[in-house]
Amino acid sequence: MSGGERKRGRLTRRAFLIGAVAVAGGVAVGVQQVRRPHPNPLAGQDAEPGAVTLNPYLLINQDGVSIITPRAEMGQGVHTTLAALVAEELDLPWESVRTLHGPAAAAYYNAAALEAAVPIPSWDHGWLAEGLRDAAGVASKLLGMQITGGSTSTADAYLKMRKAGAAARVMLVQAAARRWRADTAALRTEAGQVLDPAGGRQLPYTALAADAATIEPPADPPLKPRAQWRLLGRGLPRVDMAAKCTGTAQFGIDVQLPGMRCATVVANPYLGGSRGGFDAGPAEAMRGVERVVDLGATHGDALAVVADNTWRAFQAARALEIDWQPAPGISGDSAAMLDAIAGSIDTLAPDATPRDDGDVDQALRIARAEARPAVKAEYRAPFLAHTTLEPPAAVALREPERLTLWCGHQAPTLLRDLAAEQAGLDPAQVDVRVQFLGGGFGRRAEVDFALQAAAVAEAMPGTPVKLTWTREADIRHDLYRPAAVARCTGVLDRNGLPETALLQIASPSVIRSFSGRVGLPAMGPDKLITEGAAMQPYHIPNYRVVGYAPASPVPLGNWRSVGASFNGFFHECFLDELAAAGGIDPLDMRLRLTRDYPFAQAVLEAVRELSGWDEPVAQDDSRRRGRGLAMTHSFGSTVAQVVEVSDGADGIRVERVHCVADVGLALDPGIIEAQMQSGIVYGLSAAIMEAITFRDGRAEQSNFHDYDALRLAQTPEIRVRILQSGDAPTGVGEPGTPPSKPALANAIYAATGKRLREYPFNKHVRFA
Amino acid sequence: MTPNPIDLMVNGVQHQLSVESEMPLLWVLRDVLGLTGTKFGCGVGQCGACTVRIGGAPVRSCTLPVGAVSGPVTTIEGLGTPEAPHPVQQAWIDAQVAQCGYCQSGQIIAAVCLLEQSPSPSPAEIEAVMTNLCRCGTYAQVRTAIARAAAALPASGGQA
Ligand code: FES
Ligand code: FES
Repeated sequence: MSGGERKRGRLTRRAFLIGAVAVAGGVAVGVQQVRRPHPNPLAGQDAEPGAVTLNPYLLINQDGVSIITPRAEMGQGVHTTLAALVAEELDLPWESVRTLHGPAAAAYYNAAALEAAVPIPSWDHGWLAEGLRDAAGVASKLLGMQITGGSTSTADAYLKMRKAGAAARVMLVQAAARRWRADTAALRTEAGQVLDPAGGRQLPYTALAADAATIEPPADPPLKPRAQWRLLGRGLPRVDMAAKCTGTAQFGIDVQLPGMRCATVVANPYLGGSRGGFDAGPAEAMRGVERVVDLGATHGDALAVVADNTWRAFQAARALEIDWQPAPGISGDSAAMLDAIAGSIDTLAPDATPRDDGDVDQALRIARAEARPAVKAEYRAPFLAHTTLEPPAAVALREPERLTLWCGHQAPTLLRDLAAEQAGLDPAQVDVRVQFLGGGFGRRAEVDFALQAAAVAEAMPGTPVKLTWTREADIRHDLYRPAAVARCTGVLDRNGLPETALLQIASPSVIRSFSGRVGLPAMGPDKLITEGAAMQPYHIPNYRVVGYAPASPVPLGNWRSVGASFNGFFHECFLDELAAAGGIDPLDMRLRLTRDYPFAQAVLEAVRELSGWDEPVAQDDSRRRGRGLAMTHSFGSTVAQVVEVSDGADGIRVERVHCVADVGLALDPGIIEAQMQSGIVYGLSAAIMEAITFRDGRAEQSNFHDYDALRLAQTPEIRVRILQSGDAPTGVGEPGTPPSKPALANAIYAATGKRLREYPFNKHVRFA
Repeated sequence: MTPNPIDLMVNGVQHQLSVESEMPLLWVLRDVLGLTGTKFGCGVGQCGACTVRIGGAPVRSCTLPVGAVSGPVTTIEGLGTPEAPHPVQQAWIDAQVAQCGYCQSGQIIAAVCLLEQSPSPSPAEIEAVMTNLCRCGTYAQVRTAIARAAAALPASGGQA
């Protein structure tokens, strides 16, 4: 086990260095922001009367203790886990825990300070990372390699949230000791109270908070040993569950304000296109329509229609007559784009070569001279949309010297800064109130929809405006997961094991697209292009992974697991082909390639057992059956999956998925299991049926009838086993996604003999 | 130009509305009555986020003109509250179904209608009826919650 730790350390440190190079520029801003010490935003003039705060995470009033969870909850359970970190050290009973999104009203502009004070380079927590995309966090997402590696930062976050609870506990105990003239060593805490067992006395925290607030917080309060945890390490009832099951959880799209107007936008359907004239007359004459606002060039020449309800705005938007013009010189055909991406491997210099073990060139020369055949394969992955179930939506209110935004957002401080710039305000005059997110997946790290809402509000001072995108707008104007192509070459040794593997991966750069949009500089190579392929826990004597970054007219964004979302597919399908060529069982082959990485071996052994890999595949009916394996190390976690499929007259059925995830340290196994299942369903949906295609410069898909995802009936049973090889939590929200696609492709090969080197697979095979 | 007022019963409350009869029920609920528990996901009947119950049946309210509503409407708000959840909502809470939660109003309404029709639904029935889209992939928990609710409902008098 300790050998595994050392190996992981080596692997990750290397990843960190590479990641750090990748992000020079933009990210540094965010990092500084995060590291700057901040005053406690719960204190001061805006503090709630009668409430006491001991640090930025705690608010205590007569009713009890509230834990501040200033992070975007988008389904990944971050409110629950953040609250548990504090509640654990503070000895709060879980039933009594209340969470607050963040301070309201005037105090909330300090949300940035609050977030920064939450000492989380949040991208290092997969389970947090989804929700923790503040200015630094957005860039963080771009820091994929750092995510993979920065175990120190992960430990830091996980440490400091507990320290906040522990420090408050020390202060409360001291307050009680003073009151009772007792020795602190004689006092205990339990269930939200300080107890004096000898004196038979007890006082609730609520009665001690005011005194405690006058005590200097300890710099380094002792933390509970793991063996004494009551809350951490077990599945807790989620704090947001009852609200989400009763329709009372407020998402961005649900915000209602007195006098509010409802708006939607119509944007240019052509990639990089422009606008000729437009006629707003027919739309403005429609019932309930207030006006049409030209959002201008900074919003892609979009027009916003403002009405008294959303449906009327949608109707009027359709009545707008706009002369959209395609961009001259942009090839707007996705098949041609894919060919151009593939061609860049021949024509461009490498963007980065993050892995280069042995001497691949020489090994290939020797193999040729010895007439040993090379295994060659080219893989392709399409553009993808996020389709969060809540479409992009935001409410904005412009008042003198003030702008307030309500929406679900993964990057509220970035949004605040850009909205301030747009409105000509100081960031302190912009208040971003984060609501529940109806899905994030990277889409809500983007500022487009919220800045549009702010722009409409700018034109209507004093009137709150809710801007809602149609699903059609969402699918046609996403910041897409880039298409990607991998060209793979491998040679086997005498035993049939891979001796040489060369993966050349080409994909337009998400970092550059994102940085360009938000005005951050992007320098250096983009390591996300090879993330999920380069830093894998395998030893192959000659092993090179090269990234190419062709230009693309398509705007690109972070999509759950980013580069690993295609690289897991490329790498693990290719290993499967090598195993088949060498006549070796794919699991045995991986066990032999991972000898230097005991943590990966443990994951493989566990999935062997969980999936019954050594038992023959059942062939008891007329269906052909097969199993496929894949493993990807991403966001610090190692996840292996075995997918079982069957093929019959009605097509291919995905029967079952076995998933083993090493997440370092499991803070909430229930949430982790749910996140793995979620990541797998998200990945399988894309693998089976999702693609964004462009024709004549326009996205061809528009709604769930042509951009669908798995429904209940097609979703396989998913079994999850969690392993813990570390002392700190690693990623959970994203690492379930990368191995799902290759495991399915490999299973289809096992069942049917058909190699699928491109997804969505429904282009090539039929699914039941 | 003022259309005839439209009568609409929602969660036991009678409303008189002066809106276009072709306005989808979804937007009447959300933007006119302020009942935002019913969600907008696609607007074309594809995702089920907008599902409400009318006359015991699950209806996708985004494609139903308010003028065509044929009976009393029950939305997620009409089922129960966080303090007093409906048995199906309680089963959802016990099974910890929701992730982002956005689809769950529609899922729960669809499940309530299913269990009223078929108190112990078979897996095939569940698959046929529960077609709502969940981008967070909570389907396994949805199955669990329906099984729990099916077990709990008779004990609680089969009310809905
Ligand atoms: S919003 Fe009605 S089915 Fe999607
Ligand atoms: S819980 Fe997020 S869409 Fe279903």
